[in-house]
Amino acid sequence: MISNKDHENTIVCRCEDITLKEIRDLIKEGFKTVDEIKRISRCGMGPCQGRTCRQIVMGEIARTTGKDVSELRLSTFRAPTKNIKIGILAEAAEG
Amino acid sequence: MKKSGEVVIIGGGISGLSTAYNLARLGCKDVVLLEKESLYSGATGRCGAGVRQQFGLEINCRLAKGACEILENLNELLDYERDIELKQGGYLWLLTTDEEVKLYKKNVQLQNNLGIESRLITVEEALEIVPYLNPEGIKACTFHQKDGHVNPFQVSQAYAEAAKRLGVEINTFTEVTDIKVKNNHIVEVITDKGKIATNKVLNAAGAFAKHIGEMAGVKLPLKPERHQILATEPVEPLLGPMVISTDLACLQEPQGSFIMSYSDPDEPEGVNISSSWRFMEEMAKRVCTVLPILSNIKVVRQWAGNYTMTPDAAPILGSLPGVEGFYFAAGFSGHGFMLGPMTGVLMAEHILGKETTISIDKLDIGRFERGELMREPAVS
Repeated sequence: MISNKDHENTIVCRCEDITLKEIRDLIKEGFKTVDEIKRISRCGMGPCQGRTCRQIVMGEIARTTGKDVSELRLSTFRAPTKNIKIGILAEAAEG
Repeated sequence: MKKSGEVVIIGGGISGLSTAYNLARLGCKDVVLLEKESLYSGATGRCGAGVRQQFGLEINCRLAKGACEILENLNELLDYERDIELKQGGYLWLLTTDEEVKLYKKNVQLQNNLGIESRLITVEEALEIVPYLNPEGIKACTFHQKDGHVNPFQVSQAYAEAAKRLGVEINTFTEVTDIKVKNNHIVEVITDKGKIATNKVLNAAGAFAKHIGEMAGVKLPLKPERHQILATEPVEPLLGPMVISTDLACLQEPQGSFIMSYSDPDEPEGVNISSSWRFMEEMAKRVCTVLPILSNIKVVRQWAGNYTMTPDAAPILGSLPGVEGFYFAAGFSGHGFMLGPMTGVLMAEHILGKETTISIDKLDIGRFERGELMREPAVS
């Protein structure tokens, strides 16, 4: 968890260029689940699908709401686990 | 949460949110909206983000045109700080059989008569709009420039914030568990967070509208069914319009990602938001045929949402006979988001007993019993 105010310009979501301050402002505004933050800001929608930002966002939500991270609602985990080229998938479909 | 409300809206998707805003705008500020999850977490937030006016039923054309005109000014209209990301790159409809060409020619005629400037174009003209299109098997296309993309999260959020500013109470993570009816009048909505006394309830619960109807003892001819979708990594602008056919729908969002889906005729009835690997492979195969340039772009995510189908693929709007004060806006058959801005205007007017801007008489639930089905031909 990052608590120092000096770190507020730190990029939390590298895919979508979202800073810690932006995440904190969204939580203050009332977006209090990972999914709500994701939908309004695209945080976690990029190529890494939240691998970098998810834990940081959850830490911030936990800190603000006073809940334990284990109590927070998660986004659904879905395939593909890693980005995969459409052409490769199409070849697989052709058999 | 309030203990009573002049109107209680069930569902925090686009239909519920835009109705809440419009009720407040028309002076009815004692409105309580209930959503069992977070706002726009159901079909609205899971949709393909497309907006089009190219329909085959007059009423759908009118609703869609009205909705699109609202979206064109929505940032200003709702004083929204963010941006709804409207991109009017058009919808390019690929027609592959003579029957389709004949039907869509008729649709274009209807659309033109209603002031929608769609046109039937040749494959050569289509290639000027989408140079990467594989023309094989395409006989002709229809195109309408004002169709396109808009961000469902931002549109819904804009309505939610505007509604709240006007006094609407929005309760998320609040599930409706029962509706009390006395002498054929709505009297109370029961939730897991408490009870609300009211005489007017709007059922805008999307895939759950059938379930909500049953709470008030009303059977609705609705069939929810899963539709799957995927998104790619963002890339440079390659595609202006939504490319759509009976095989697929594919658009590039303003931020660069492609989103695409297709309808599976074998999808069973039921509320289901799980994803399948089979969809991803089949989708990839289909899109590589139509837009081969996409084969080198990577899929980052897939998800799913529910269409709520009616027997004629046209929505049901209005009051329900038999239960005074029970209003209904659902069964959009896959087009609830794009029609949403207009749904809100019409339902608010209807609930307040005003004459609606566009007549919704033919969209009433009674049409199924009367055998007066609408049959929207431009939905798959």
